[in-house]
Amino acid sequence: MTTLRSFWQNRVRATDRQEPEAPAPLAPPQAISWLDLDMAATDPLIAYFQHAPQATDIRSLALDSPALARLKAAGIQLVIPLVSQGELIGLINLGPRRSEQEYSSDDRKLLNDLATQAAPAVRVAQLVQQQKQEVAERERMQQELRVARLIQQTLLPQSVPQLAGWAVSAYYQPARAVGGDFYDFLYFADGRIGFVIGDVTDKGVPAALVMATTRTLLRASAERLVSPGAVLERVNDVLHLEIPPKMFVTCLYAVLDPRTGHLRYANAGHDLPYRRCGDAVLELRATGMPLGLMPGMSYEEKETTLQPGDTLLLYSDGLVEAHSPTRAMFGFPRLQALMAEHPGGEALTGFLLEQLAAFTGAGWEQEDDVTLVTLQYTAATAAPEEGEMKAEFELPSQPGNERQALARVAEIVADLPLAPARLERLKTAVAEATMNAMEHGNRYRADAPVHIAVRASAQELVVRITDQGGGVSAQPAAAPDLAAKLAGDQSPRGWGLFLIKNMVDDMRVHDDGQQHAVELVLRLDQATE
Amino acid sequence: MPAWEDRTQASQFRARVRRVGQTAVIDLLGEINGFADEAMAAAYAEAEESEPAEVLLNFDGVDYINSTGIALIVGLLAQARKSHRPLATCGLSEHYQELFRITRLSDFMSMYPDETSALTAAGSATAGRATAS
Repeated sequence: MTTLRSFWQNRVRATDRQEPEAPAPLAPPQAISWLDLDMAATDPLIAYFQHAPQATDIRSLALDSPALARLKAAGIQLVIPLVSQGELIGLINLGPRRSEQEYSSDDRKLLNDLATQAAPAVRVAQLVQQQKQEVAERERMQQELRVARLIQQTLLPQSVPQLAGWAVSAYYQPARAVGGDFYDFLYFADGRIGFVIGDVTDKGVPAALVMATTRTLLRASAERLVSPGAVLERVNDVLHLEIPPKMFVTCLYAVLDPRTGHLRYANAGHDLPYRRCGDAVLELRATGMPLGLMPGMSYEEKETTLQPGDTLLLYSDGLVEAHSPTRAMFGFPRLQALMAEHPGGEALTGFLLEQLAAFTGAGWEQEDDVTLVTLQYTAATAAPEEGEMKAEFELPSQPGNERQALARVAEIVADLPLAPARLERLKTAVAEATMNAMEHGNRYRADAPVHIAVRASAQELVVRITDQGGGVSAQPAAAPDLAAKLAGDQSPRGWGLFLIKNMVDDMRVHDDGQQHAVELVLRLDQATE
Repeated sequence: MPAWEDRTQASQFRARVRRVGQTAVIDLLGEINGFADEAMAAAYAEAEESEPAEVLLNFDGVDYINSTGIALIVGLLAQARKSHRPLATCGLSEHYQELFRITRLSDFMSMYPDETSALTAAGSATAGRATAS
């Protein structure tokens, strides 16, 4: 029901004239009560006053009007409508005269003149008030949008995975109202990479908060569970307890082994990803209900192996549900056909956005977030040059043996173009990685030596340190925080991995379930200090 | 008991405490790793007994520090901060100065190239304590 609430909360009544000298009236006039009048836009009283904008004794008025009934019940006798530009904007309501006489024609004329003068001023005041309310509302909404954007931007990855042999790109453009799109990359110690794309129903801050919760749950579950289906199952069960009613999350979760192209994936009701494979474009179909709808759901898990040259596209419905000026929808068939036209890779994103712009036309107001994540298996760099084996050796897992490791490696690389400072860093990285291998991988077992291999090509030097502790899912270590350590909030230890990562250009981790290997990489083909 | 606690390998570390003016200098000699734990702790306790204005860790004789050694230094720094006693270093090689910067230890400990410059700075710091921050 549309009401004229803002216009009709008038509290006009006859002025109580104070006449202290006068004797008490024999019959006190009928009291009138304060009146908060909400009038429906369809109330016949509005039409009546718009057509007869003059002081009216409503006692004789017979209309099927709830407002009129309320006026009468409140003791109103005379109503003078305030009409501005043909629109009823208010009423001056008067009760009976104190003198118990009827309102005279002079009274009515005076009141009509008053109403004629007052109506434009009241209208201006109403418009100013209305505008103030609209500005305040707009500011509130803008602030909410800023918060929603901030939440999303804070939680979306700041960079894409840099994988040898793979090109990954991500594009995210929020709609003005900020939808609930998100994507994420999860890095596992064994080198696998998790790809997440999702969409929360609803928009604004509520969607952003659910997105944040879902992302956290996904990350936590993916740390403990290997199977993408099991991860979604776990997230669904927890999210179902947390999510507001009528909200849910569609989500695709895929885990890629970049060394082999093997991809395992499960889908909680998200748009099916497309795989461009040769000239064909295939849907990667796996069934599952969106997250948060109901507990106890299971998620079909599929797997495939991407081949060199293949491109995978993950996307959100902001793309396929965009509309043209004639209200046609972009749609899945169009997307599939466009993917077949394009060779794929990172340039696919730009191509699809151009096509989207052409489809929606100029002046399109983006209806929903648009998110695109592409992943291409670039055959050219899929197998990096392994480098010549310079030397390999084994060391018993005994405390202190890391010094032997660094001394041997320093001898082996002596003929390589490494600046002294970089050599010192390599020595520290070798020592720390060897300590980790002896302590955490081999648990200082006498029968479990650490194997160290040194390879070098023109591009890079790789020191590979292997232990027997494969298959153990390592929790990602928190970055050491010296202030927290000094305050006793963190153990003073825990510097090893941090030092290694800061000492070398790249650190790669391999795990085949039995052996765990860390590769320390120093580039040789770029300027060094 | 973890195997490494058997201490089958003798510690390659020693520490010596000297008093120079208001500063207790701890000369560190050898490798600072897990084996240095007890000797470091004992040396620091000895240094604190004389209530010095500052403790200076002299790394001139140190040729190796690993992540466990860094943890031991963090432990000493925590103790020093608890007793509001400045802890400074001297004699660190360029590489280990870099490690101290990366780990942010250098934010909490002044690093001097040698003992003389450290003691000079400590003397002026002590003399100017009323105004120095």
